[in-house]
Amino acid sequence: MEFVTNLLIRDGLVIALIATGLILLISSWASSTFTGGKIPGPAIAIFSGLLLAYIGGTATNGNDGLADISLFSGFAILGGSMLRDFTIVATAIGARFSEIKKGGWTGILALFLGIVIAFTSGVLLAAIMGYRDARSLATIGAGACTFIVGPVTGSAIGASSEVIALSIAAGVLKSIVVTIATPFVAKSIGLNNPQAAMIYGGLIGTTSGVAAGLAATDPKLVPYGAITATFYTGLGCLLCPSLLFLILQGLVG
Amino acid sequence: MIYGVVILAVCFLAGRMLGESLGILLGIDANIGGVGFAMVLLVLAVQGLEKKKWFTMEMEGGVIFWSNLYIPVIVAMSAIQNVKGAFSSGLVAVLAGIIPSAVCLLILPWLSRLGRKQSNPDESR
Repeated sequence: MEFVTNLLIRDGLVIALIATGLILLISSWASSTFTGGKIPGPAIAIFSGLLLAYIGGTATNGNDGLADISLFSGFAILGGSMLRDFTIVATAIGARFSEIKKGGWTGILALFLGIVIAFTSGVLLAAIMGYRDARSLATIGAGACTFIVGPVTGSAIGASSEVIALSIAAGVLKSIVVTIATPFVAKSIGLNNPQAAMIYGGLIGTTSGVAAGLAATDPKLVPYGAITATFYTGLGCLLCPSLLFLILQGLVG
Repeated sequence: MIYGVVILAVCFLAGRMLGESLGILLGIDANIGGVGFAMVLLVLAVQGLEKKKWFTMEMEGGVIFWSNLYIPVIVAMSAIQNVKGAFSSGLVAVLAGIIPSAVCLLILPWLSRLGRKQSNPDESR
C-alpha cells in the first residue's frame, strides 16, 4: 500500500486536478439539484474549497489549509499565485479593449477611494477596539486593504509582530468575506457589466477575493475586475506606510 | 496551440516585469499592476495579430485552455487559504475584514452611476 501513497504524493498536482474536478462536478450537480441553478456551481465549489481549507487547517494546525495534508500538497501548486495570475491574464482573451477604456477613469478613482475607505474604516475599528498608537492603527488599517498591504506596511513602520499577524488575518478574512458575499449582493449593487466590474475590482482590491467573487457571480466579468484589482495591492503598499500613515500620525500625535 | 501559449506567457512576463520595475522606481517592494499590464498587452497583441490575420483558431485555443482553467485554479486557491487562522485570531481581525468590504460594496452603485454619467453626459440620471 505504501507505494500507492508515495505515488499519490509525488504526483500531487495531478491529484489536485482530479480533486478540483470532482469538487466542481459535485458543485454543479448540487447547484442544479438543490438550488435550481440559483447559486452558481463555481460559487458552491469555491465555498467548499474554503470549507476544506478550514478542515485542513484544523486537522494539521498548519497555515496552508488543505495543502498541509500531504496527499493534497499539490493544491499549493494548482492554487498558488503563479497559476492564479497566469490564468487571470488568459481570461483577458474574452475582454474588449473598448470596454476597458470606457471604465478607465472611474476604475482609477475606485482604486484610490477603495484604499482610503478600507484604511480609514480599519483604523476607526482598531481605535474603537482600544488601539491607540499610530503604528498599530495604521497596520490594522492596511490589513483591511489586503493581506499583503498589512504586513508590508507593518514592517515598514515598525509595528509589533502580533499586530502584523492580526493585519494578515484581517486581509485573509476580507478575501473570504468578499468571495462569499459577492454572488449574493451582485444584483442589488448593479454588478452586471464590465464597467461596474472594473469599479468593483478597484474598490475591493484583494485579488483573490475579487477573482473568486466574480468567478462565482459571472465569469465573463472576471478580466474587467482583475485588471483594476491588480493595481490595488501595489498602490496600497505605496500609500499606507507613507501618506496615510503620516496623516494618521499627525492626528493621533 | 503552443504559439498561443507562448504569446500568453510572453505578455505575462512582460507585464510582471513592468509591474516590478514600477515598484522599484517608486521604492516599494511590491509588483504594481503587473497582471493588469499583462492583460492589456495580451488584448492588444491579439487585436494586432487578428488584424493581420495571423491569429489562428489553434492559437486562440492555447489561450482559451488556460482561461478555462481559471475556475479550477480559484477553487484550489480557496482550499489553501488559512481560513482557520483567520477566524481564530480575534474580533478585531474579523471586524476589520468584514466592515471595510461592506462599506466598499455599498458605494459601488454610486460610483457606477458617476461612471455612466461621465460616458453619456446627456443621460439625466
